[in-house]
Amino acid sequence: MTQAEKERRFQEKIDKEIKIEPNDWMPDEYRQTLVRQISQHAHSEIVGMLPEGNWITRAPNLRRKAVLLAKVQDEAGHGLYLYSAVETLGTSREQTIDDLHSGKAKYSSIFNYPALTWADIGAIGWLVDGAAIMNQVALCRTSYGPYARAMVKICKEESFHQRQGYESLMKLCSGTPQQKAMAQDAMNRFWWPALMMFGPSDAASTHSDQSIKWKIKRFTNDELRQSFVDATVEQAQILGLTIPDPNLKWNEERGHYDFSEINWDEFWQVVKGNGPCNKERLAARVKAKEEGMWVREAATAFAKKRAMKQSA
Amino acid sequence: MSTNEWPLWEVFIRSKQGLNHKHVGSLRAPDATLALENARDVYTRRSEGISIWVVESAHIHATDIDEADAFFEPSDTKIYRHPTFYEVPDGVKHM
Amino acid sequence: MQQPALFEYVLRIADDSLILGQRLGEWCGHGPILEEDIAMTNIALDLIGQSISLYDFAAELEGTGKNHDQLAYLRYENEYKNILLVEQPNGDFAMTILRQFFFDAFRLPFYEALMQSPVAQLAAVAAKSVKETRYHLKHTSEWVIRMGDGTDESHQRAQSAIDHLWRYTNELFYENEVDQTLQAEGKVPALSAIRTQWLSTVTNVLSEATLQIPTNDWKFDGGREGRHSEHMGYILSDLQYMQRAYPNMEW
Ligand SMILES: [Fe+2]
Ligand SMILES: [Fe+2]
Repeated sequence: MTQAEKERRFQEKIDKEIKIEPNDWMPDEYRQTLVRQISQHAHSEIVGMLPEGNWITRAPNLRRKAVLLAKVQDEAGHGLYLYSAVETLGTSREQTIDDLHSGKAKYSSIFNYPALTWADIGAIGWLVDGAAIMNQVALCRTSYGPYARAMVKICKEESFHQRQGYESLMKLCSGTPQQKAMAQDAMNRFWWPALMMFGPSDAASTHSDQSIKWKIKRFTNDELRQSFVDATVEQAQILGLTIPDPNLKWNEERGHYDFSEINWDEFWQVVKGNGPCNKERLAARVKAKEEGMWVREAATAFAKKRAMKQSA
Repeated sequence: MSTNEWPLWEVFIRSKQGLNHKHVGSLRAPDATLALENARDVYTRRSEGISIWVVESAHIHATDIDEADAFFEPSDTKIYRHPTFYEVPDGVKHM
Repeated sequence: MQQPALFEYVLRIADDSLILGQRLGEWCGHGPILEEDIAMTNIALDLIGQSISLYDFAAELEGTGKNHDQLAYLRYENEYKNILLVEQPNGDFAMTILRQFFFDAFRLPFYEALMQSPVAQLAAVAAKSVKETRYHLKHTSEWVIRMGDGTDESHQRAQSAIDHLWRYTNELFYENEVDQTLQAEGKVPALSAIRTQWLSTVTNVLSEATLQIPTNDWKFDGGREGRHSEHMGYILSDLQYMQRAYPNMEW
């Protein structure tokens, strides 16, 4: 079969909504795009544990402490499922993680913003997990089988993340003026970074077209961003929080909310490593890996010894 | 760089009595004992299972995708293996 | 208060669980490998869950209408009755696992005995927690063995964790008039029998791990009387931060 023929058959499968599985023939670029996107996604889950993890010891009551632990733990699981999906493409978890640590691979910039108050934990659950879910639900139908299956599992688990964040903010918004102000402050700081989570605008996005054609992505960045805004406005109203955008208003003609242009300078600066916490986040991950090295080695050495004993 | 990465394991879970173990994903573990414990913590946090199997991924043998036609297509034409291939008069019951 | 001894006794178990859960929670996001990060969080969640049930019961005994959070968050340092072992810093993975292992090896026979208590609430908490604890002990034992019989480095780290933590293990069996009262009433087990089981578990696992039980018998205690190590204040400043900075609010 010629290369062109292979490619034609591959696209045919995609068009017929037949999932691509690990051993199937696939264009190199499809594989690379997947590795890049899934690993970026995996890293986001793992780095995302850090800002919220900071608040586990300070959670204001035992129920919230348990919920936050369970939530951050889920994110570790999500990272793990996604690293596993990358492994099916022939890249080991360690390689993928090394790419993060060397700065070659990216993760969602939102986690480079600090979690300063307890309200931030609510805002992260509501807005950040909310934005992530918007993306992830769409990815449940992505063309690569292992990625789609991981997404289905993740979406099931995510469903409590956004709700617990919203519930937590609800408590603040119906509490004292001080609590309400804390919630509004969190909203002010997380709204724009949350919108940036959908990535560059379609016009500036380098990978978008091909990804849509291969059905790796099912919707464009701007489409997803718009859906998120549309879904969130009413939720904010119910909380009694103001979305920090004077231009946010319903556009009858479009059937969508209009909103201001994102500060793309800030977006690119944070992507390039100049966000408030980029260095700390990466340093924490590198430290965990380095300090865990002897632990992983110990278990490997032990397994070898036991295997030798058994065969002796 | 890559030193001592733990082997990859495939995880299969029986969600309830009477059902087969089903592949749910994979994980890394240094040996079978910890693979089972890790599988418990990673894949059954929401009461998803009552029994777990783990198999080192390297021990799984799979059919070759290039041979899929030879492997699977011949059975497509043996439609006489399916009950609907046979006609039975309308009045015949319990068959 | 009707039963001050029982109240104090319940607080001890609750505080041990809470403070150790709090410590383990510090690992979340920083574990040596994802799988173990998830495993440690599971243990933390079990411990926090146990503490909630126990504080509920303690609040009921106290009878002043407090809830579990007021007990967990709003006492002064000398009112916490956890042992010193659980408040020790996480250190490296060896320190955390050994701390947990010494604790689990005590908690399992302790809960098994407590299941027989005529105090229904205690027996119920013990019955639920015993399954969780059995798993914790299995998991930490596996790791003690792997570290002890792994590489030279892991062996050394595990041994120095043991050497450091050993002085805190005696307090697991600390008894005072609270125990005497409750034991006389037949409500709680004598810790001397549990010590025998603890020592046998510890001896077996450490020997399989090729690790040594320290010969130095110098011991620390004080936690059960509310005298803590310097670490405790820092734990409480994290734990209580929100409740102290924003008093009387709901979250
Ligand atoms: Fe997630
Ligand atoms: Fe999430």
